[in-house]
Amino acid sequence: MISELFSVTVLIGILASGIRLATPYLYAAIGETFGQRSGVLNLGVEGQMLLGAFAAFYVALTTGNLWLGVFTAMIVGAAMGLAMAYVTVNLHAEQGISGIGFFLFGLGMSDLLFQKLLGTVETVKGFPKIHIAGLSDIPGIGEIFFRQNLLVYGAYLLVPIAWFVLNKTTLGLKIRSVGENPDAADSLGVSVARIRYFTLILGGTLSGIAGASLSIALLNVFQQNMTSGLGFIAVALVYFGAWRPIGVLGGALFFSMINSLQLWIQVLGIPVPSDIAVMMPYVLTILVLVATVSRVRAPSALTKPFEREN
Amino acid sequence: MKKFVWFLTLILVFTLVSSACGALPGGQSSGKFRVAVVMPSAINDLAFSQSMYDALVRVQGDMGGTDKFELVYSENMFVVDDAAAAIRDYATQGFDLVIAHGSQYGSSLQEIAPDFPETSFAWGTTVDTFGLPNVFAYEAASQEGGYVNGVLAATLSTSNVIGVVGPIETGDAKLYVDGFKAGVTATNPDIQVNVNYIGSFSDVALASEAATTHISAGADVLTGTAQMVVGAIGKAEENDVLWFGTQSNQTSLAPSIVVASQVYHWEGILKEMIALIQGGTLGGKSFKAGLANGGEVIEFNPDYALPDEAKTLAETTIAGIKDGSITITLP
Repeated sequence: MISELFSVTVLIGILASGIRLATPYLYAAIGETFGQRSGVLNLGVEGQMLLGAFAAFYVALTTGNLWLGVFTAMIVGAAMGLAMAYVTVNLHAEQGISGIGFFLFGLGMSDLLFQKLLGTVETVKGFPKIHIAGLSDIPGIGEIFFRQNLLVYGAYLLVPIAWFVLNKTTLGLKIRSVGENPDAADSLGVSVARIRYFTLILGGTLSGIAGASLSIALLNVFQQNMTSGLGFIAVALVYFGAWRPIGVLGGALFFSMINSLQLWIQVLGIPVPSDIAVMMPYVLTILVLVATVSRVRAPSALTKPFEREN
Repeated sequence: MKKFVWFLTLILVFTLVSSACGALPGGQSSGKFRVAVVMPSAINDLAFSQSMYDALVRVQGDMGGTDKFELVYSENMFVVDDAAAAIRDYATQGFDLVIAHGSQYGSSLQEIAPDFPETSFAWGTTVDTFGLPNVFAYEAASQEGGYVNGVLAATLSTSNVIGVVGPIETGDAKLYVDGFKAGVTATNPDIQVNVNYIGSFSDVALASEAATTHISAGADVLTGTAQMVVGAIGKAEENDVLWFGTQSNQTSLAPSIVVASQVYHWEGILKEMIALIQGGTLGGKSFKAGLANGGEVIEFNPDYALPDEAKTLAETTIAGIKDGSITITLP
């Protein structure tokens, strides 16, 4: 039975599943990376994802327009990010606590809207799998990489873009300096408040897309609390990925691949108790984190509200 | 100091007023039967909680509507502490029957019930009444419907591989899955049943990926239990793979591929409890919903063209379980 794990079908299955499972983590965690690099920890990602997932689903269901659904999810996520920015930047609120508040708001609000506007679990026709002539037909590789839907491709495209913006542009430099030393950045004329508003709104927008990727691309249903902790794992992946987009990609893929591996272990009837199997992604991720944690330190100003000294 | 006295008086008055208001409904319970239910997920989850809510609404209709039967509920009580507070609140408000619809609420109920000897409590799914005179226990023999679904699944599978998506390997879910496996094996021992517990009742994304994994492994029939299976049903529909439901009727989610659903009909048990309560017995008895007493019903999807011989086989299986000629051996 163990040898079956190494058959071509299973390997392709594990890789293709892993790529799909990593998609929502990528959007949410890349968004969170921007926020944290500018010094703000946003624990409300899960709430932003839930409201984004509902908004996308409801709009796609009622209008039949998937892109309008994604757009609405982005607006809803951005609005949540804007509110978070006001609370943490202007009101100097404790970031961890206010993040939990925004999570609970998103959880409750998405549930309430679902009850009032839909009332029961329904399905919608989501983004179809894209067939790329040539590429999709390559045996193995085609099935793993090139038979996914548009939002999956978008998530992977986001990684190099985020890397470029953070490391190769003036905007990225400003974001990083605000996260490392806001006083110095401020004295050089960089508006700390404006940068943090920008990263939090961007983060919210991406979390909204993360929700949409679940409700109208990968699953095509909406259910209460359907993210079930995904947003918090995304926050953890930012730490795992050492605040770098490439690291986040590695973490998201590692966690998702182990998760799809454990699904296969159970399906193939390999005698591992299910409780142990479902623990695998978490335990292995923690082990890797422990082994590599001393490499990099967090942005110096992370979780610290900025107040200009007179 | 003066301010403080004022403040204290205000609080005292407020407390008095609010406690008086709270006590009012308790005194006027005659005439109307009042039921409160606390549930772990939503009343429209197409699964566990909905099965109880729908049953209570039907009982309400049968007993003469809202004038004769008051129904209130707290849903999404996945935090056991919150659920315990709600159960205690309802008991304080003098409801005739307080239902704790979740096996996780057991230890809370064991503490609360002795404080309210005049109130009847029901707890499920379990068989344990804690020996308390005011606690009823109820459970579903979900292996029975699981067995029928398994027999049908084995008949309809051509690839001889069947996949099961479960939440956590315990309680009602485990009973259903084990019954399903027994039904498949009894019909065709050559069929391979792959079981996958995803470790969560809410992770729709992982349930969906588990279904995809089953399909990649060759399954052409799937089943699953608990509310997160909506993700798996979507994948089954996308790949044109058959689905068997349980807990509530799941046909509406994918009318083209859902063959049948085992549906819980708690109303028979509820009516028995209510009759006992009205006769002065507040608990101490445990109930079991099964095919024989109408507590479980196999509901076929009218839009799915089930071959006649398969339908007949399902009906003889149901009859066999009802009259005891078919016994289901669980591992």
